[in-house]
Amino acid sequence: MGAGHHHRLHRPGDTLVHRLPPQCKLAAVAGFALVVVATPREWFWAFGLYAVLLAAVAVAARVPAGFLLRRMVVEVPFVVFALAIPFIGIGERVTFMGLSLSVAGLWAAWNILAKATLGVVASVLLAATTEPRLILLGAQRLRLPPMLVQIAMFMLRYLDVILEEMRRMRVARESRGFVARDVRHIPVIARSAGALFIRSYERGERVHLAMLSRGYTGSMPVIQDLSAASRQWLVAGMLPGAALAVLLGSWGVA
Amino acid sequence: MTAPPSLEVSRLAYAYPDGTQALFGVDFRVERGERVALLGPNGAGKTTLVMHLNGILTAGHGTVAVAGLPVGKGSLKEIRRRVGLVFQDPDDQLFMPSVREDVAFGPANLGVTGEELERRVKDALERVGMLETIDRPPHHLSFGQRRRVAVATVLAMEPEILVLDEPSSNLDPASRRELAEILRGLDVTVLMVTHDLPYALELCERSLILSGGVIAADGPTRKILADADLLADHRLELPYGFAAS
Ligand SMILES: Nc1ncnc2c1ncn2[C@@H]1O[C@H](COP(=O)(O)OP(=O)(O)O)[C@@H](O)[C@H]1O
Ligand SMILES: [Mg+2]
Repeated sequence: MGAGHHHRLHRPGDTLVHRLPPQCKLAAVAGFALVVVATPREWFWAFGLYAVLLAAVAVAARVPAGFLLRRMVVEVPFVVFALAIPFIGIGERVTFMGLSLSVAGLWAAWNILAKATLGVVASVLLAATTEPRLILLGAQRLRLPPMLVQIAMFMLRYLDVILEEMRRMRVARESRGFVARDVRHIPVIARSAGALFIRSYERGERVHLAMLSRGYTGSMPVIQDLSAASRQWLVAGMLPGAALAVLLGSWGVA
Repeated sequence: MTAPPSLEVSRLAYAYPDGTQALFGVDFRVERGERVALLGPNGAGKTTLVMHLNGILTAGHGTVAVAGLPVGKGSLKEIRRRVGLVFQDPDDQLFMPSVREDVAFGPANLGVTGEELERRVKDALERVGMLETIDRPPHHLSFGQRRRVAVATVLAMEPEILVLDEPSSNLDPASRRELAEILRGLDVTVLMVTHDLPYALELCERSLILSGGVIAADGPTRKILADADLLADHRLELPYGFAAS
């Protein structure tokens, strides 16, 4: 199926990691990220150990390194930003290959890059092993505001429909000879965007009627039993648990 | 004692908040087990009427009763169980991320859980021949498949009457025939809203014409479609080369 571009993050499988209930994985990733953020940036080897932990998860989930790397492109803006800091940073400077760099800036760049990379890899692993809708159901189990979860559910369902509507509008514009070339065409695009908004809004109203017709009273019924056994919580807890052990252990040493 | 009719609409009138009077006093009844076509040109008030059948719109005047139970504020939950509404655009009807969850949505709202829920979902999908798509997201299905799943979403609520708004619209001939076979095989009362006259003839013994917000004709479909003057009066036309006789 060519559709469903937002499913490209997901890599179906049947490993221990895939089978864990989504709420356990979500909580594990959040816990891991907290520990990473709390780690002082000077503790290089702690970051190294965190990376080893993630690599272990990737092996357990049979997610190849190439897959992870390709999905890390979301991090590119952070990388660009981080690379700029040593040049524009102030204070004490060092010279490296003829470039004058700010020491404080280098530390800041390292801090951002290391922590963002670990966070992104953990999230990509979550997304690779969990279907998008299950991530949302997991969020619901973790008592995230139900309204937010429902909105995200509908985005997941209707993204394709809206993109398709957008494509049809573009085709309609172009088949009447319109090609967006410069700023003078912005008003046309803006009017199309307005029309798209109204269409989406009207669809929302119709969907709401369809929901009412099937007995909707304001809260989503529980359809899939997602309860997690304590053993599963233990398994998921291994990632943030091990990271926390690294952090506390380093505290003892430092 | 005879069972009350599946659907009884009397003197139903309705004006939209902006003042457009869409229904002017509609009267008809549908007996249990009947398959009835509601014919009418664009703008006749068909969709407006359909929205009254499960209480989405509230009658300005007149009443609607489903299997003897009047539609009203206090009875909405039960009415929505009894009336299965299939909307014109399946993308409006299928709003959950997977077919399974979508078909389960209605019965789950009625409090059905566990194995009974699973049974109802599978049973409904089986009846429309879509069981193998149970774990797929609705937007990966073809239009015809989505319409069949949309029918399953209301069958899972075990309704007294199935109401379909323009079920044949946008279907290619094969999907159209498959849907007809499915509908003919169901043992529920059906009210089918359409301006596709051959489809009405194929599926329904009896037809109503809704025109200008009132019922303008009520009788055997074959007889209604053979009356060229009647059809012309209400902007209904058989396709080129088609004769109902
Ligand atoms: N939301 C609305 N507000 C005002 N008028 C409406 C609305 N929806 C429909 N109408 C009007 O009510 C009449 C009946 O519409 P509708 O029930 O959609 O007809 P049909 O489904 O038979 O094509 C039309 O004149 C239409 O313009
Ligand atoms: Mg209509």
